[in-house]
Amino acid sequence: MSDKPYVARSNMIAARVLGNETMVMSASDSTLFTLDEVATLIWESADGLTPLEEIVKNKVCTQYDVSPEVALKDAEVLVKQLAGHGLMLLSDRPVAQPSEFPKVNP
Amino acid sequence: MSALIGEMVTKALKLNIPLSVHLDLTYRCNERCIHCYLDHHDHGEMTTVEIKDLLDQMADAGVFYLTISGGEIMMRRDFFEILEHARKRTFCIKLKTNGILIRSNEADRIKALGVESVQISIYSHIPDVHDAITKLPGSLADSIEAIRRLRAHGIHVIIANVLMVKNASDYEGVKALAAELGAQFMLDPTVTPMMDGDRGILNLNVDEAALREVFRNEGLVGNVEEFCAPPKGPNESDLDMLPCSAGHTACYVSPYGDVYPCVQFPLPSGNVRSTRFVDIWRNSPELNEVRSITLRDMPSCSVCTHGGTCTRCPGLAYLEGNMRGPSSQDCEKSYARTGIPSENLKKRRAASFSSSHLVQIQGLQSSVAI
Ligand code: SF4
Ligand code: SF4
Repeated sequence: MSDKPYVARSNMIAARVLGNETMVMSASDSTLFTLDEVATLIWESADGLTPLEEIVKNKVCTQYDVSPEVALKDAEVLVKQLAGHGLMLLSDRPVAQPSEFPKVNP
Repeated sequence: MSALIGEMVTKALKLNIPLSVHLDLTYRCNERCIHCYLDHHDHGEMTTVEIKDLLDQMADAGVFYLTISGGEIMMRRDFFEILEHARKRTFCIKLKTNGILIRSNEADRIKALGVESVQISIYSHIPDVHDAITKLPGSLADSIEAIRRLRAHGIHVIIANVLMVKNASDYEGVKALAAELGAQFMLDPTVTPMMDGDRGILNLNVDEAALREVFRNEGLVGNVEEFCAPPKGPNESDLDMLPCSAGHTACYVSPYGDVYPCVQFPLPSGNVRSTRFVDIWRNSPELNEVRSITLRDMPSCSVCTHGGTCTRCPGLAYLEGNMRGPSSQDCEKSYARTGIPSENLKKRRAASFSSSHLVQIQGLQSSVAI
């Protein structure tokens, strides 16, 4: 994981925050997931430009009573799971313009 | 409904979030289906800018499921611009179209924009029957071609088949066609009144015998015994039941910005051209009235033996004149399903019997008079 420190939300998803949770659906197979409060925090911060370690340190550890090491481990498991379902992209370098959508000829 | 979706709906209800919106982009259409409930003239559709702004408002209000429909959605030249914007705002997007304008390039774009499903209406597997319903020669072939293109891209396609007198014996053929094309099949046994309340098209509905046959088709309803089981009458908890999602977690927006509880429930509840979507959703007296109604508040349905199991549509009841009243089309469905008539159905049948009886006597009298 440490060689893929950047995380970005995939473009091919449907997502909406519902209260303190987030519903995320994969556009490829319509599988629906809900992310709890902490996972939502990571999801919302996954802009492709901020390393996961920084997200954990600045967002998660400042709001929850958890050590950075434990939180990072949990976060790594989460983003790997999400990446496995095509909901998140993991990269060893910043992901430019993560909100751009695949273009096809008009 | 999966447990997860059930949890989401419960949460949306609690938080008063419009989880699903059906947005019609236009009522214009390149087909002229005999059962269509819309006026196809353009009376001032929302502009691209207005629709994009509405999509932003809906995303901010918490809308997750967005059904984009019409009319024919591709009649709007800005359709893909709107779809791209909807994708950027991360909706779960479902499209309803006749597919006629979906060529290879359109299928590519739909795929690239991560649409959840595309629903296409097929009325019969027989070209003459389908084309006579759409009043567009060659439309079956074109719609099937679109389905093939979409399926070739791996897009989830739903074939919707509306049951009518003209195609009453074709649903098995359409179902087989759906299987061949790798599409999901969905049968809708009800033709509904025009949005302006005109009930003329209801005579296209199939009769009770045909409905009964559909409801006893295991391939369509699953466990027939369970599906057609005699009703037990509503219990205490049934009486607190909400009629459906309309106005509770879902609503409809017309091409002119009018908001209704559902596409089949045309109770004017506000217009997004003058009021923000979220304010209509939260404060519209009409939506709040719809939300206040449970089965307990419906004088006929709460004491009806079908009360706890009926598919009663409050929109159809509203179109009959009373959103707390029975929906006769659902009374007929409950009867076809279980063989047990509701009191409302008995009354209606008695009334129609006596009026048809009178008409006949009048006819005889006048022929005698001549
Ligand atoms: S029951 Fe009628 S009003 Fe309710 S969601 Fe279904 S179609 Fe709409
Ligand atoms: S059968 Fe008719 S009267 Fe009975 S619950 Fe259904 S709509 Fe109401």
